[in-house]
Amino acid sequence: MIELCNVSKTFQTDHAEVEAVRNVSLNIEKGDIFGIIGLSGAGKSTLVRCINFLEVPTSGEVKFKGTSLASLSKKELLETRRKISMIFQSFNLLSQRTALKNVCYPLEIAGVPKKEAEKKARELLSVVGLEDRVNSYPAQLSGGQKQRVAIARALATDPEVLLCDEATSALDPNTTRSILDLLKNINETMGVTIIVITHEMKVVEQICTKVAVLDRGTVAETGPVREIFLAPQSQIARELILPKSAAVAEVRGGPVIRLVFDGQSSFEPVISNLSLECHAAVNILGADTKNIGGKAYGQILLQLPADEGSCVRIRNYLTGRNIKFEEAEA
Amino acid sequence: MEVLNNLFGDGMLAMYGEAILVTVKITLLSTLLSYILGIPLGVLLYGTSKDGIFPSAPVNGIVGTVVNIIRSIPFIILLVMTQPVAKLITGSKIGDDAFIVYLVIAAAPFVARMIESSFREVDRGVIEAAQSMGSNNFQIITKVLLPEAKPSLIVGSAIAITTILGYTPMTYLIAGGGLGQMAIQYGLYRFESDIMYISSILLIILVQIMQETLNYIAKKSDKRIRGK
Repeated sequence: MIELCNVSKTFQTDHAEVEAVRNVSLNIEKGDIFGIIGLSGAGKSTLVRCINFLEVPTSGEVKFKGTSLASLSKKELLETRRKISMIFQSFNLLSQRTALKNVCYPLEIAGVPKKEAEKKARELLSVVGLEDRVNSYPAQLSGGQKQRVAIARALATDPEVLLCDEATSALDPNTTRSILDLLKNINETMGVTIIVITHEMKVVEQICTKVAVLDRGTVAETGPVREIFLAPQSQIARELILPKSAAVAEVRGGPVIRLVFDGQSSFEPVISNLSLECHAAVNILGADTKNIGGKAYGQILLQLPADEGSCVRIRNYLTGRNIKFEEAEA
Repeated sequence: MEVLNNLFGDGMLAMYGEAILVTVKITLLSTLLSYILGIPLGVLLYGTSKDGIFPSAPVNGIVGTVVNIIRSIPFIILLVMTQPVAKLITGSKIGDDAFIVYLVIAAAPFVARMIESSFREVDRGVIEAAQSMGSNNFQIITKVLLPEAKPSLIVGSAIAITTILGYTPMTYLIAGGGLGQMAIQYGLYRFESDIMYISSILLIILVQIMQETLNYIAKKSDKRIRGK
């Protein structure tokens, strides 16, 4: 659906050149919910704007359904943008228009007759659950409601791709969840490919099928969410995913390992059994459960005793029980 | 009685009435024409700026400089300098119509800057959203910038109209009419200061009416306020 080949974007400031995106290559397939995660300043927002050419890449190629966006005429580009919709962190609704008229806007500029546009806008507003707020102005809506209007507006032109630029970052956790559910629903029922830009691992866990981890403008790691979650390779992915123990700096003594549970093994009282069988006390530094694709995944950061013998016993015990673990830095 | 008769009798009322009409005509017509020239100039200033929708440093530099130069010339000097323009357009260097030409030349750049700053108040994100939906520049100007900036533009027009009204008494220099001219005529040259006061009060009332009406419309039209 969307292919990025060696995309780079450099900004010229008064003092220096800033390379916001460097040699990014990604392939986003139809029906994916693709997450792009990174810390602030990692180049996520710039990258997502390269996908609809709001930012023209300095080098590299962006292809939408096999056609390079750079090869399009200005008019063709504007028409292509109707197929690649976008929603934003700050909603960006027209403040002087009602919810209904906001949703009508993209249809208006596409030359759809007014009556038809309003009919479609009403339908979309009921899809997002706002059929009773059609005549409200953005100032009269809550953050979650505004984002719903923005989603309805983004869907008005029957897009094939929906870009979400930190779409839930300004919302509280409950509202975030309901907006993410709505997006997932849109993906499933309308077949819209969704690209989610975020700095929150939670968002990726909840809806994404694939993820790319962005670090200082480059892709550090990419793949199915489950794989990256279970075994993050890059430094930045580990920082974003692994649980952190508050006392990490204080840790002294034995080595630290990270246990990963998939849905099945979490029913067993692993740690208690481990202590009893190996006659060794372990220290839990951190623990976390995540829901990935509807399955529960847990991980525990465990500090082993300092003596070599216990460590060997514990490792053997875990291997024998088929519990995934890896050495972790304290 | 004598005094009242002096002030309001003997065709004086008709004279005030006519003066009001002339002042209103000059003000409204000048404002309207200033906006007809100022809106495209304002759009150009905003659009060609560094983070505008069609950035162009050279165009922005040239238009900006011309606007700044005209704005820095004192009105009375600009009036003298642009006499040929008034002659060309109205056929005369003096009178009310010529005065409208001078006012428009002086006010249009001022209006352009105000429109530019109103546009700047429009959230950049909203413009970006419109671009992401495939809007062309014309659609962004007519369907996003102008409607979104509407309350601010109306407040701006209240400022413009009162400023322009404030310049109208200068018509006395070129044999025009109106309330201001009357105030100067009677107050300065005939020492009939009471007539000067009355026409000044009328001017003040005019300013208040125009300003309050426009501010009211601006407030009424703004949908960013909760609970409306």
